[in-house]
Amino acid sequence: MNVIQIDKLSVYYGDQQALNNINLGIPEKSITALIGPSGCGKSTLLRSINRMNDQVPLMKVKGDIVISGVSIYGKEVRTEMLRKRVGMVFQLPNPFPSSIYDNIAYGPRLHGTRKKKEIDEIVETSLRAAAVWDEVKDNLKQNSLSLSGGQQQRLCIARALAVNPDILLMDESTAALDPLSTQKIEELIKDLKKEYTIVMVTHNLAQAARVSDQTTFLLDGEVIEFAPTVDLFSTPVDQRTGNYVMGRFG
Amino acid sequence: MKQPLSNHPFNNRKLRIAEYTMPVLLFLCAFISVLTTIGIVYTLFSESISFFKEISMSEFFTGTKWAPLIAPTSFGVLPLLMGTFLVTIIAMLIALPIGLASAIYLSEYASARVKKVVKPVLEVLAGVPTIVYGYFALSFISPILQTLIPGAGLFSALSAGIAVGVMIIPMISSLSEDAMRAVPKSLRYGAYALGATRLEVALQVVLPAALSGVISSFVLAFSRAIGETMIVTIAAGATPQMTGNPLNSIQTMTSYIVQVSLGDTPHGSLAYGSIFAVGLTLFVITFFLNILASAIAKRFREAY
Repeated sequence: MNVIQIDKLSVYYGDQQALNNINLGIPEKSITALIGPSGCGKSTLLRSINRMNDQVPLMKVKGDIVISGVSIYGKEVRTEMLRKRVGMVFQLPNPFPSSIYDNIAYGPRLHGTRKKKEIDEIVETSLRAAAVWDEVKDNLKQNSLSLSGGQQQRLCIARALAVNPDILLMDESTAALDPLSTQKIEELIKDLKKEYTIVMVTHNLAQAARVSDQTTFLLDGEVIEFAPTVDLFSTPVDQRTGNYVMGRFG
Repeated sequence: MKQPLSNHPFNNRKLRIAEYTMPVLLFLCAFISVLTTIGIVYTLFSESISFFKEISMSEFFTGTKWAPLIAPTSFGVLPLLMGTFLVTIIAMLIALPIGLASAIYLSEYASARVKKVVKPVLEVLAGVPTIVYGYFALSFISPILQTLIPGAGLFSALSAGIAVGVMIIPMISSLSEDAMRAVPKSLRYGAYALGATRLEVALQVVLPAALSGVISSFVLAFSRAIGETMIVTIAAGATPQMTGNPLNSIQTMTSYIVQVSLGDTPHGSLAYGSIFAVGLTLFVITFFLNILASAIAKRFREAY
């Protein structure tokens, strides 16, 4: 079953069209990679799914995205509630300048969890789920900025998981990390697939090939090809896809 | 082989002159302000020392009666201190919430279009000469207070305090806004992505991250309010008294100094010396406030 249904979505920034008539169905509990050259609209597409694009002035949307049967661009939709269900991890780790504990506790507190015991539990399960618990469990009161970049990024994943979303959006979340940290996060993503639907933007084609179940190739704001990852990389239907995954342009 | 400097391939006169004279010139410019400060401190101290030869420190700092011009004279600075702090506290009660709220609005809510209008207006407010605020207090705020509160005088700590408060609003709002705008967008996005509302992002993420800048704006505004002269000279009255009642006419340290400097108090008299003692007290207070401001800025500096 498709948990995210993107339906004739077009996005404009002022006069400039960033996405043109996108139609995509993203299945539940799978990993979908969005690939394409810079400026092709993959980040815009990702940010349309939790409406982070609303932050951009002069942004206009046509068409719709339906999540679990509900239109997210409906007038009555509160983006705060949408983003609780659709979490996001950014390209650069962006922990709040506070303790590790408070970083994770921020989301649950925001949504009304007050009991210390409950929050303690969420902090532990989230950090465990993000595979960073063993490294930080003795220093939960420590400032999160003292962690390494890879640890910070896994902390940010844990922070996103702490509000118990269904969908996790990852915007080139390993682009700023070293190969070892990247490997850890890739393993983590594959593991998270059991519980979450994951959509990831990546510049790293090998990563898309290693991690994702299906891949979407975008070019100039349009979906050129959407197929199971194995097929898209081995037997691309469109010639442009072939040229891109072979590294002939990028 | 050693080349003579006059004919060196990698050296010439022009570069040498620039290299040696420029730092000296720049140093002299920077030194002017240092020199001025030393001069001010020297004058304050030397004049105060001769004053304290006549009036003991303990009488000055613990006396509760300030009557330097009328016999029997009395030099207890506490009424002036009290008047100063009364006005300053009223000003901070006005300026702190309003200034902080405008900073939050400007940095987190206002559209580019609104900012374009509001920021210049705030800057105009900051540029109004304080004497104008003084007359504004006397001819606008005081009459309103008198109709609202029976028993309020034309000259009152409240009226002057409100005007000083309005005067320092732009200082708090613009310094705090700068600090809040310097908080990286990525932190805001992190909170938005967790489902935070704008207000939650502003109060729980941006404000704590900008805390050092916000607090030092408070302290700087506080020290500006303490040193404010014209408004209190015009609107607060000239009645040094120990009172906590903001409706009373009072006198602040600064307005006392104005009163004596403008009057015909003979040079070298005790009253003349007292303005330096009062000035020194004021200097020490604002000096420590400024140190406090930079200490806070350092202590709470957030690396984001």
